[in-house]
Amino acid sequence: MLCYLTTGKQMLFYGSFGIVLVLLVVTAPVALLFGFSGALAARSRITPLRWVGRGYTAMVRGVPDIIFFLFVPIAMDEGIEYMRNRIKCPDWNQPVFAGNEFHVCAAAKMPLNSAPQIYHEIYGFSLAVIAFAVVFGAFAANVLYGAMQAVPRAQLETAEAYGMTQAQVTRRVLIPQMWTYALPGLSNLWMILIKATPLLFLLGIEDIVYWARELGATKSTVYAYPHPDWRVYYFLVLLVFYLVMTKLSEIVLNRINRKLSFGQATAGGEALRKADI
Amino acid sequence: MSCLQTIADYGLRSVGVGERLLPRSDFTMCQQFTLIGSGMVWNIYFGVLALLGGFFLATALALAKNTETRLIRKPAEWFIFVFRGSPLFIQFFLAYEALAMMPRAGFPVFGITVETDWLTRAWAGALFVLFLNTSAYAAEIFYGALRSVPKGDLEAADAYGLSGWNKFRRVTWPTMLRLAWPSYTNEAIFLFHATTLVFFSGFPAFRQEGDALYYAKYFADKTFNPFIPYPIAAFYFILLTLSVITIFGFINRRLNRHLPHERRMKMRFRPQIIR
Repeated sequence: MLCYLTTGKQMLFYGSFGIVLVLLVVTAPVALLFGFSGALAARSRITPLRWVGRGYTAMVRGVPDIIFFLFVPIAMDEGIEYMRNRIKCPDWNQPVFAGNEFHVCAAAKMPLNSAPQIYHEIYGFSLAVIAFAVVFGAFAANVLYGAMQAVPRAQLETAEAYGMTQAQVTRRVLIPQMWTYALPGLSNLWMILIKATPLLFLLGIEDIVYWARELGATKSTVYAYPHPDWRVYYFLVLLVFYLVMTKLSEIVLNRINRKLSFGQATAGGEALRKADI
Repeated sequence: MSCLQTIADYGLRSVGVGERLLPRSDFTMCQQFTLIGSGMVWNIYFGVLALLGGFFLATALALAKNTETRLIRKPAEWFIFVFRGSPLFIQFFLAYEALAMMPRAGFPVFGITVETDWLTRAWAGALFVLFLNTSAYAAEIFYGALRSVPKGDLEAADAYGLSGWNKFRRVTWPTMLRLAWPSYTNEAIFLFHATTLVFFSGFPAFRQEGDALYYAKYFADKTFNPFIPYPIAAFYFILLTLSVITIFGFINRRLNRHLPHERRMKMRFRPQIIR
């Protein structure tokens, strides 16, 4: 049994847990950045910019996110290849969308057909990260926009009375204060992000779901360790992995929430104050 | 082929009525609209039935989580934690594999063989998973509402001599529903969104009869052009979301009809998204 659990393929399976964690670590800040710009744009005074921000935040409301997960990577991929096609092969005269095919010249393929496997994997992974960042950025923009609205008006007016410009008010008063209002929403979002990671499988990344299916499937005697269909057990492991992740984040986020509400004029802050007395 | 002909051929393709063969090339807008629309039948089927069944299980679970007895409370808490704490995607896979492991020939029960084959089909297996999943999410919402039923209401019920079942049916339950309804609306919207996962997880589409997203992906894969099928699917889902909001809005108004205007529960959208 121990031998079985340390074969090369099994090691790849353990490694794919790392892929999930990397995705979480990379996506969270990028999505936060997207959301932050979206929320600021939605509050902007310039009308077209505000429309862009509002449109971005409204995007995810009525449409299942999985549609975006399927849409964004293909659209990005084709967009990049189309641009490269225009630049690298200016004399390409065939139509790009020809019936059932997508035609670009060989030099415009991204990554190049001759590139080693690892580049293909990295490229696919980056597309996945961008898709996650776009979707979760929109969710984060919703949360942050709400948090900015929740900062008491009086605080901003006081800052204006001190003669600060609009940019200064935003930077020095609005942004430092909004986090406590944003945290419940953001922690909810983090939980959702954790639970969205198995969708990587749909994007063709060799993640934990892929390996669980691969390794769990029935192995005939051709293989070194033949076994019947074990996929149920592999998925059980994944289930436990996600439950542990959720529980851990719950504990950590509760701590942060406690710290941030300290001394704030909110119900949470008030409860902390009372507990101290 | 005219568009009406296409609708007649493919309008109910997703449930196996009409033309068997999917179009293979030269896709028209009409074909894409019709087929993706016919897939919505599945999304609505899963969503509506899971919601209806889940409503009752969720109420029971919320009550169980609210009791003092450990023996009842703990299982309910674990059920809610497991289904809310893990991705629906994994739940689908796990359920499919577990159901597929059951003996093919069926169980012999008192001399009669009980068929288990149908459980691995999406219409039963995936519906079952969605039902349990939405029950867990809704139970958490109901539990929160149950905790925030005003004390005064319960004391007033006691003063009127109501107790037990009568108190629950006339006071606690309606108030719980009223408080929970805006969040429950969100849950319903995202349950409908979650139904798109069914045919992307373990459950195979039988004879290419899939949901809206299944057909959208079919077209996107065939044409390499994601800019038409996915927005069409998105369009259908926005319609579905709007109708859910309208229906739940009516119920919300009915639940709140005894209250003065400013105390009514407002419908508010809060993203809760993937599970």
